[in-house]
Amino acid sequence: MSTITPDVGHPDAGGHDPHSHDHGHGHGHAEPAPLSLLWQLPTFSVDHKVIGLQFLITTLLMLMVGGALALGVRWQLAFPWERMPILGDTVFKADGGQIAPETYTMLVTMHASVMIFLVIIPILAGAFGNFLIPLQIGADDMAFPTLNMLSYWFMWPAIACFGASFFFGGGPGNGWTSYPLLSALAEAAPGSGLAQTLWLIGLTLIGVSSMMGSVNYMTTIINMRAPGMTLFRMPLTIWSMFITAILQAFALPVLTAAGFMLVADRTLGTCFFIPSGVVVNNAAPTIGGGQPLLWQHLFWFYSHPAVYIMLLPAMGMVSDMLACMSRKPIFGYKPMVYSLAAIAGLGFIVWGHHMFTSGMNPALGMTFMVSTILIALPSAVKTFNWLGTMWGGRLQFNAVMLNCIAFVSMFIIGGLSGIFMAAVPVDIYIHDTYFIVAHFHYVLFGATLFGCFGAIQFWFPKMFGRMMNDTLGKIHFVLTFVAFNCTFFPMHLLGVAGFPRRYADPYHFPYLEHLLSLNQFMTIAAIVMGFAQFILLANFFGSMFVGKRCGRNPWNANGLEWTTPSPPGHGNFDIPPVCYHGPYEYSSPLAHGNDYLPQTEYVPLTKRQSMAGGH
Amino acid sequence: MAGRFWAIFFMLAAVVTVAFTAIAPSYGYWFPGDGQAHTTLGKKIDDLFYLILIIVTVTYIGTHIALGYVLWRGAAIRQDDKVWFSHGSHALEVIWTIVPSGILLFIALYQMDVWRNYRIKAYFPKNTAAVAEVTARQFEWRIRYPAPGKTLQPRPQPDDVYTVNDIRVPAGQPVSINLRTDDVQHAIFVPGLRVKQDAVPGLVIPVWFEVTDTGTYDMTCAELCGWGHYKMKAQVVASSAEEFEAWKVRVAEEQSYDGIPKTPAVAANAGGE
Repeated sequence: MSTITPDVGHPDAGGHDPHSHDHGHGHGHAEPAPLSLLWQLPTFSVDHKVIGLQFLITTLLMLMVGGALALGVRWQLAFPWERMPILGDTVFKADGGQIAPETYTMLVTMHASVMIFLVIIPILAGAFGNFLIPLQIGADDMAFPTLNMLSYWFMWPAIACFGASFFFGGGPGNGWTSYPLLSALAEAAPGSGLAQTLWLIGLTLIGVSSMMGSVNYMTTIINMRAPGMTLFRMPLTIWSMFITAILQAFALPVLTAAGFMLVADRTLGTCFFIPSGVVVNNAAPTIGGGQPLLWQHLFWFYSHPAVYIMLLPAMGMVSDMLACMSRKPIFGYKPMVYSLAAIAGLGFIVWGHHMFTSGMNPALGMTFMVSTILIALPSAVKTFNWLGTMWGGRLQFNAVMLNCIAFVSMFIIGGLSGIFMAAVPVDIYIHDTYFIVAHFHYVLFGATLFGCFGAIQFWFPKMFGRMMNDTLGKIHFVLTFVAFNCTFFPMHLLGVAGFPRRYADPYHFPYLEHLLSLNQFMTIAAIVMGFAQFILLANFFGSMFVGKRCGRNPWNANGLEWTTPSPPGHGNFDIPPVCYHGPYEYSSPLAHGNDYLPQTEYVPLTKRQSMAGGH
Repeated sequence: MAGRFWAIFFMLAAVVTVAFTAIAPSYGYWFPGDGQAHTTLGKKIDDLFYLILIIVTVTYIGTHIALGYVLWRGAAIRQDDKVWFSHGSHALEVIWTIVPSGILLFIALYQMDVWRNYRIKAYFPKNTAAVAEVTARQFEWRIRYPAPGKTLQPRPQPDDVYTVNDIRVPAGQPVSINLRTDDVQHAIFVPGLRVKQDAVPGLVIPVWFEVTDTGTYDMTCAELCGWGHYKMKAQVVASSAEEFEAWKVRVAEEQSYDGIPKTPAVAANAGGE
């Protein structure tokens, strides 16, 4: 640390005044053009910021694809067997404009697959992980830039596989969980042929992409932190990315192995998951020797930790944003870190709660129930700490903050509804009903996506040197928040009413008939929510060109990323950062006249002692 | 104050969700039928559900009052006011770790015996009788009963009685069905009885329940089993033990009818065909 002189002579390096363009210190660095990252998008860039942006824009487009698939599902649930508007005369012409039952199962499957594998996981780890990790720890780039570049470009063969699968047998229709035997035997369903194989290969390729990312993140965070950036001075975003990367590295190989085993069952005639003597659709009996439950264990051994892969980074980013927008340190930094770690650790031993009704050994059900209920504890601790962070703060009610508050509020609902299904006896009833659908949408959309909406607007200035429009952001937020709750909250009640998942037409059951009108209301809300996302896209892409120019630190935030130019040039830091304290010193009495204290700002020992003595 | 507007906005959302849930049962957006569980274990499941619902509702309202309070207070602080500079409170962390963990452990342990009685064979009621074997296939349920007076054998017997999509059981006594599948995975789900169990290829899984009230209960498939998943509509009919036996005798006669008249009265009718 002694070799680098702290930049005490230029306390303005962090850009205290967002309007001053903060270039008075004469280092002679030209501010990069605002769109310098954008123009590099179609290249095989190895710059982590470009790769992050590539991930971000790809996932935003995939969000719209996944949303369109969801609207297809919602249409069928509200207006079963009626002619589909817009797509009815083109895509579904062969079925008379209707959504056929096998098409419906395809829509359900591909909505989940696209949203989980092409939106949520890559937008968190891929987009924000890539963009933020080197910037927040003060590194020039990732540890393995080429590997990083490959991790993005491996997304495209996966997208191509998913896309191609639509054209065989109406697309894979076995759910994103793809339980064998439905997914193992080509005769089992129209979409169980080549479409299913393509889906599995696509899944494996995304796994390869994620794995390359997570190896990179772990190495970068362990090895490339700036001087003074100790582990407990890392922003919670970095902690969450680090823990997510560990989760991914340990859980993903299991899914990859399972994927290959299922592909082998389908194409090479192995029988890992296929028992003997099963006759599906009058095909020849299976040879057998396998166990379908094995797939469920392997799949959920990855996919439960994956649920936390889809949540933890958002928790970290929201912690950062909440502290900044409350102008107050994060409440209980270390408990926040430990609870992240506890969620990750417990996350490995709860996968069986997806299988309470599967016929696995009932004694396992008991152990999985205890571990699952206990995982609510670190989640509760985090929630209380977020409330504590806002408590007594000077809240800035901008679009970023609103999305973060929504994150906390929706996460409370999603977390509490999880207790119902963690309790095995109650899960017997609500398993595979819409209660489950409500729960995971509250966590994955209500929490994660609102966190992402906030994060996009929070770090957008760092990407493009311009601000996103706050009014548009608020309109988008209100529409999305209201429509989201109107769409998904009633699903809890549908679940209690015994409304099963993945039903192309539930209404021919007498006990479900009266739920049609509620479903129509939800579908209308879902359509509003879907179209509200165009506001986000317009705001995002429009602000690149017309947004208000900003300096290095428009939010008066503390993190190292705010000391770089906006957008940072290749190599990120024009002033080699040295980190002197934690990232959440907002409103610190040590900050002279400001309500924030950048991590790079040195506070002389005498001043610290005098403050300490004052107590 | 824009900030206060947002505090009210978030509180309003919480109030609307609670109010909507409170009035939902009167619109039928609640447990199906009369809202009651019609099995002995189902009633216990409902009790646990309502217990969790109470805990969860209290927590939801409590956390949202706290959220509303911090938002309202945060909106009231003027931009040039000093904020409370705090990195947290050890005492609070200890409290809000220990209290929820106590509640959560209580929930976990409180569930154990219902689950044990539901799934672990050694704890099934001693007098549980296996009434039928239910075999799922794309997209129907085939039910095999032993002939009247006989017990269910693992292998099909020549005098077995069959129905499709229609499970008949006696009410008021613990009965079990052996659940299996001919092809892919399915799951039996009888909402009114709070019964759900996957049918897994290669396994025969016993499911026991004791229907408390006679009646007809809708039955669905709860595990995606192909394009016709939604079509696996069936029913569980619970009748008194005598009616059940009488029904079985009648169906057994129908199914083993070989065209040879047994009584003159029937012979006259049969001869006319």
